[in-house]
Amino acid sequence: MRRTFAVPLLAAALLAPPAQALQWQSVDPNKSSLTFVFRQMNVPVDGQFKKFTGQLFFDPRQPDAARASIDLDVGSIDAGSDEANDAVVGKAWFNAKEFPVAKFVSTTVKPLGGNRYQVNGKISIKGRTQDVSAPVTATSQGGTTVFDGSFVLKRSDFAIGEGIWADFDSVANEIQIKFHFLASASK
Amino acid sequence: MNVLTARIRYTATAIGLHWLMAALLLGLFCVGLYMHDLPLSPWKLKVFSWHKWAGVTAFLLVLARLAWRVTHTPPNLPATMPAAMRLAAHLGHAALYALMVAIPLSGWLMSSAKGFQTVYFGVLPIPDLLDKNKEMGNLLQQVHESLNYLLAAVVVGHAGAALKHHLVDKDDVLRRMLPRAGA
Repeated sequence: MRRTFAVPLLAAALLAPPAQALQWQSVDPNKSSLTFVFRQMNVPVDGQFKKFTGQLFFDPRQPDAARASIDLDVGSIDAGSDEANDAVVGKAWFNAKEFPVAKFVSTTVKPLGGNRYQVNGKISIKGRTQDVSAPVTATSQGGTTVFDGSFVLKRSDFAIGEGIWADFDSVANEIQIKFHFLASASK
Repeated sequence: MNVLTARIRYTATAIGLHWLMAALLLGLFCVGLYMHDLPLSPWKLKVFSWHKWAGVTAFLLVLARLAWRVTHTPPNLPATMPAAMRLAAHLGHAALYALMVAIPLSGWLMSSAKGFQTVYFGVLPIPDLLDKNKEMGNLLQQVHESLNYLLAAVVVGHAGAALKHHLVDKDDVLRRMLPRAGA
């Protein structure tokens, strides 16, 4: 997966004009967050993934060439309580033993004007891959860029919550994902 | 209703609220005991929500009872009661009211500290007064539990005293809180 992804990226990097401020950026895990809100009996509950890595290729002058790839450690989930954390790594939810990594890989990036971009890509969780799309705001300051965005993921698309959890009576299907990625340029 | 009956019996409102809350609190207590060790499941999430909604309802009902209490003079205690017993009765009733207010409050604060907001009937969000904090959540859980056992003990005393009035003293203290049969 990663190798096939790296080739077009490398090609893009080589083909781009050298004068451009090309940036191969690593997401700084200490200054980034990947949080989510799910509804349990219609009560919003906050959660987050504590461990993830990301690679971003972003040049504001060439937004079409932007790329992003995020790998997250499913086992690093905090789903709001110890009890929930014990449960969600299990087979019915994320099955973290068999599928320890969830992945996002961008396909296309469309400028929406200003510093806003529509990022389309594929997300893979629990062996299932789905298309996702999220509006992202890129805020550059000094040598860093912050990418903020959110989208709604339907847990049923990835069989997150099977068996007794499969219906949405107690835990809603829609999960709001919010990301805040800070990346520094690495030359 | 003449003045005399007004002073020897509780009003229908007071009697209704008393027994409604008695049933509700008994149910809440039993459900609370049952639910806290349940394994995580949709059923557990539902039972917890129902318990919280019922708890908010109990809180609203106790406010109604306190409103009744400050706007009405309850029937006098029997003239034959010794001063110490009168004091015990008043302290007991004060403890019941205090616990009926404190217990739902502790449950609400506990929910906030544990990171689960209370949303009344899944519709009306009740603001979180506390931020999520695991230690505070566990502490408030102990407070909620202890207050409940204290309430259970006071209720046992309350019911025992009412039965003693009825069976030993043979006065009308229990009867005046009972719905009037055929009246």
